[in-house]
Amino acid sequence: MQTKVENNKAWFLVLPVFIIVAFSAIIPLMTVVNYSVQDIFDQNTSYFVGAEWFKQVMLDSRLHDALIRQFLFSLTILLIEIPLGIGVALMMPTKGKSASLCLILVAIPLLIPWNVVGTIWQIFGREDIGLFGAFMSTIGVDYNYASDPFDAWATVVLMDVWHWTPLVALLCYSGLRAIPEVYYQAARIDQASRWAVFRYIQLPKLTNVLIIGVLLRFMDSFMIYTEPFVLTGGGPGSSTTFLSQALVQQAIGQFDLGPAAAFSLVYFLIILLVCWVFYTTIMNMQKDK
Amino acid sequence: MTQSSTTHDSKPSAAKYGTAETIQAPVYSHAERKARNATRRSRLGMVLYLVLLLLPIYWLLNMSFKTNTEILSGLSFFPENFTLENYAKIFGDPTWYMGYINSTLYVVMNMVISLLVALPAAYAFSRYRFVGDKHMFFWLLSNRMAPPAVFLLPFFQLYSSVGLFDTHIAVALAHCLFNVPLAVWILEGFMSGVPREIDETAYIDGYSFPKFFVRIFIPLIRSGIGVTAFFCFMFSWVELLLARTLTSVEAKPIAAIMTRTVSASGMDWGLLAAAGVLTIIPGMLVIYFVRNHVAKGFALGRV
Amino acid sequence: MAEITLNALAHSYSENPSKAEDYAIREMSHVWEQGGAFALLGPSGCGKSTLLNIISGLLEPSDGEVLFDGKRVNELKPEERNIAQVFQFPVVYDTMTVFDNLAFPLRNIGVPEHKVTSKVHEVAEILELSDQLKRKAKGLSADQKQKVSMGRGLVRDDVSAILFDEPLTVIDPQLKWKLRRKLKQIHEQFNITMVYVTHDQLEASTFADKIAVMYNGQIVQFGTPRELFENPAHTFVGYFIGSPGMNFFDAHLTPDSQGNPRLMFGDLQISIRDDVLLALKNMDAAKVTLGIRPEFVHVWDGKNDDAYQVEVDYVEDLGTYKILSFLFNGQMMKARLSEDQKVPSGQVFVSFPEQWTKVYVNEYLVDPNGPMSVTVDQEVEHAN
Repeated sequence: MQTKVENNKAWFLVLPVFIIVAFSAIIPLMTVVNYSVQDIFDQNTSYFVGAEWFKQVMLDSRLHDALIRQFLFSLTILLIEIPLGIGVALMMPTKGKSASLCLILVAIPLLIPWNVVGTIWQIFGREDIGLFGAFMSTIGVDYNYASDPFDAWATVVLMDVWHWTPLVALLCYSGLRAIPEVYYQAARIDQASRWAVFRYIQLPKLTNVLIIGVLLRFMDSFMIYTEPFVLTGGGPGSSTTFLSQALVQQAIGQFDLGPAAAFSLVYFLIILLVCWVFYTTIMNMQKDK
Repeated sequence: MTQSSTTHDSKPSAAKYGTAETIQAPVYSHAERKARNATRRSRLGMVLYLVLLLLPIYWLLNMSFKTNTEILSGLSFFPENFTLENYAKIFGDPTWYMGYINSTLYVVMNMVISLLVALPAAYAFSRYRFVGDKHMFFWLLSNRMAPPAVFLLPFFQLYSSVGLFDTHIAVALAHCLFNVPLAVWILEGFMSGVPREIDETAYIDGYSFPKFFVRIFIPLIRSGIGVTAFFCFMFSWVELLLARTLTSVEAKPIAAIMTRTVSASGMDWGLLAAAGVLTIIPGMLVIYFVRNHVAKGFALGRV
Repeated sequence: MAEITLNALAHSYSENPSKAEDYAIREMSHVWEQGGAFALLGPSGCGKSTLLNIISGLLEPSDGEVLFDGKRVNELKPEERNIAQVFQFPVVYDTMTVFDNLAFPLRNIGVPEHKVTSKVHEVAEILELSDQLKRKAKGLSADQKQKVSMGRGLVRDDVSAILFDEPLTVIDPQLKWKLRRKLKQIHEQFNITMVYVTHDQLEASTFADKIAVMYNGQIVQFGTPRELFENPAHTFVGYFIGSPGMNFFDAHLTPDSQGNPRLMFGDLQISIRDDVLLALKNMDAAKVTLGIRPEFVHVWDGKNDDAYQVEVDYVEDLGTYKILSFLFNGQMMKARLSEDQKVPSGQVFVSFPEQWTKVYVNEYLVDPNGPMSVTVDQEVEHAN
């Protein structure tokens, strides 16, 4: 870091990125901010309402519920996907043809369009034509993701675990590959147990990729929209209506532009805040070590 | 009259080949048995995981080769009346297959734009300090955190007002919102792994910046560029919300066209499955090309 | 504490080795006596690290046996062999403190904590790490890290041998010397068998009592540094040990007019010891190589009828001595001149004392009566 050269001309290199991201981020964001403080009737009629919409959004119980569901969902999938991903990474073969085959196979779910992911599970979970649904009814579980709120929620979680554990696994796999062989050799000579190897060699080297993994998974699960939309449409009731879905319902469904814009900003800020808190905590924890 | 006591035969003796055959059954120690069991367990676990992972996809594939009557008449692991009818329908109907072309077009555009703007910027972040560099970097990354749902409406209005609505470039630009920050971030990781001395040597050898960048630096981070392109492809290919909102007919992505399978006579499951299978194939092709770099790539150049 | 025996050992990384080149270790037998300090010296890629990993059990040899105190250990994993190994790049457990690092091998085998503490403090004292014990291992310098990894081997009472795989590669030159002395001191104190792999002859000879020189997957000579210098058993030893290495030139055996064998280099007769000549004659060797160390080439100050007249190519001044390069019958050779010796130019007379003219057939030394008894000092006096 210290060896970086001070050079303000470097801005010219960053300028294209700035322009392109500004075009697709700043202008829309300004629009959102603009909407959030106005009451819009039609294209030409609008009133400045100040923080009115923000107040309304903060007090809206539907949104509170969506927020709670969202946190619950993100927490659940993190608790499942992170350990599972580490486990899969540890099981993956390290050398040869089987290693690259495993890599490609594991990565497949990541490359499927999100609505197709929803479709796959929509089919897979149905009792009449889906293997999973049929399996559940064969073993005597009363399972129907379309009518039972808990089943719907569990299916969305299962789908997300299916869809995104590969990302965590591949991140961890690359982290594991970066550990030099001598560490394992030294550990064997020191008569370390399998657990000790994991705890003192593998886990410390995985910290970096795990931070990336947790951040990515938190962010992306917090924005989840397409997959549950296709699978459950947010129902039954609103049991799988997460924040994005609630927002789209409000903005497009009811065309409540003002409140939707205020909601958008609050939503964005929550993500930024949680990520920032998470990031700084981890960084401080590392420093203390 | 012999040579010294350290006489050796420089070729492996014939006896050695004999012993290879007659080696006794190895006696495994406790620890070795444990290690072998552990390998076997993890191999078994891996196979189990892969089966569970691929089962839903297989189910989709299986269904795509069935007729709707067979799908609805009961479960079977293999299509009894194997049919390519569903695929024929897709390839025979331009409103279907144009969806694939549209998707591919905007994904490739996005990949090219993202790489072109991200390469110099990533170089700047990895090599120089400049006013506001840290803030700029964080601001870029924060865009990766922006939920597409937030930008849905403003995007729609913005692109409509500049006349880009329902064009490929509109989707490509919209996807830059999350792909450009990601590309900068990944490339910065790879570039920081290249020693600065290489730049200095090149400048001393009389290379100008553009010449150095294209001739020397880019070849050095080839695998990083491959990985970045892969991630840009991936996130642009799988995104639907923005792509669907910004298009109506001309640039409509395949994923959005798939909703057409609901007709008056109910769901056309076979067609839906076939369309779904076809969306998976490009991804598999792309990952095959970068397979040797995936391990490093998934750490985003930051291990 | 153990004596390590390698019995008809061979190793190949390929699954179906068919030619000699497929073997990283070619069939060899060797004994490292208990308590010795040994070096395994050779160029990179000669198989020395492979051999070390076979001893520690990280690799299983394709053929042959490894014995510790006469007991076969082939099937034992490294953790069961009670071996310590120090690697080229220091391996420390980053997240642990120095204390925990040193305690790690003990805790793994369930040593009671009070014993761990006393043992760790004892070893830290020896390695001069006592004031670092509470630090995270991550922040240590390379030489301290290397000491920690060495310490993990020393804390165990049951360690039968410590293996070093070029442990000083990443250490600064001025610290290398210190650390090497520390090693030597530890060896004297603990009386543990130590095997030290290196490609640096100086490092090998300062550390070890006996050096095994490895070449092409085989130990070509095992002896004291002096033996390796005075009586290289293989042309590679002559070439690798010493600076500059041995002079070599090809010769052939032809009978003279009386039918007695002579050794000829081109049209010049080279005189060698009679017993060697006799041995050579009986071997019916096709390719004979002669070798003489630059240190033993005698350079005469004046004209001498018994010496060969050669052409001086150039003289290199290396401070305390000079290296003379000359053309001997078209062959470039080197001789070492002592500080006070006259620097020759143009034509000069050199001779090769019989005692130091080594004869090699198929790269191996022809040695009729084993190691020689004459010491170098006497011989040098004699030559002068």
